[in-house]
Amino acid sequence: MSDGAPERAWYEIVRDVLKQHDVSLIPYVPDNVLRPLIELLEADPFFNAFSVAREEEGLGITAGAWMAGTRAILLMQTSGFATLANQLASLSVPFQIPTMMIVSERGTLGEFNIGQMLVARTMRPVLDCLAIEHHTVTRLDEVEFIFDRSIRQAVATLGPVCFILSPLLTGGKVFAK
Amino acid sequence: MALTTNQPVTRDQAKVMNRYDITKRMLTYLHHDEAVIGGIGYSNFDLWAASESPNGRRQQNFYMLGSMGLAVPIALGVALAQPKRKVIALEGDGSILMQLAALGTVAARDQKNLTIVILDNGAYQITGGQKTLTDQGVDIVAVAKASGLEQSAWAADESAFEEMIERAMKEDGPWLIGCRIDTNKPVDTTERDPSRIRDQFMRGMGVKK
Repeated sequence: MSDGAPERAWYEIVRDVLKQHDVSLIPYVPDNVLRPLIELLEADPFFNAFSVAREEEGLGITAGAWMAGTRAILLMQTSGFATLANQLASLSVPFQIPTMMIVSERGTLGEFNIGQMLVARTMRPVLDCLAIEHHTVTRLDEVEFIFDRSIRQAVATLGPVCFILSPLLTGGKVFAK
Repeated sequence: MALTTNQPVTRDQAKVMNRYDITKRMLTYLHHDEAVIGGIGYSNFDLWAASESPNGRRQQNFYMLGSMGLAVPIALGVALAQPKRKVIALEGDGSILMQLAALGTVAARDQKNLTIVILDNGAYQITGGQKTLTDQGVDIVAVAKASGLEQSAWAADESAFEEMIERAMKEDGPWLIGCRIDTNKPVDTTERDPSRIRDQFMRGMGVKK
């Protein structure tokens, strides 16, 4: 850090980039790994962050908001993403709605729940077969570039984008007895 | 809060009305470019049919082509983005049964510019008329009230529906109006061109010029 400023955490960088791009509406289904990001967004009056009961409900809210002029991003964990294939295939992609998603990655790098491990294997194949842009964020020094460029691209190309936050970035969730 | 003087208490007491006729009546009370989000199936088709006019089709309508159950969430997103515009979600009974928690989300946001109209014929009609849960005891208006949508009621008949939609377009919601409807065929079929539907709707919302 040449200017001596303290290094920002991943969730502070994400908050700052969302704000720069005027992404203000944040429906989420909570996750322990996302907790610091959710707390930051809820504490900041720029954002309207609130929990929804299902990820597909959150996707619908972001789609409506986009078409009416407000940018939104949906936060969820890996198992929640697995409930979205139909909505992505029948709403976001064919209608050319740039659905933005942040997924905290479970199921790898120390997973303790076999169900999480198995459902995680469906995530990238679903994204790939719908040709949805996605990036796995593993390094703190890449967070800003990946989010900034990918939000620009989503808006410019009217295509959804999914940011997968690896345990390499967030620390993930480890088994605690 | 009493919505109408002759408000029925239960689904059984509400008159069975015609889907196209009710949709047509609803549209006559829209004078300020209100947004209408049509769910899937015949409620969507009759919205398309009822929205045709000599001046072309209403731009402020959005027609889903899948994503069953998302009419209320999409309408909530529009309502959040444009709090000064009234927004209507037009949804069938089978569809809302898939996403009942969306009613609680609307109540929790206290979304004053949102009205939900449920067209309830108790059947998955487009797939052959199989019974939905509303034909087996589930009362959507009661579910809505229990979810926190206090201003929810069944429309006793056509004139009661008109009274309710007129009021919903003037006063703060959120509102939910339950309409029992028949199983007649829809008048037309929605054109399945999603990019065009989205583009027209965004122009209707003033987001694109």
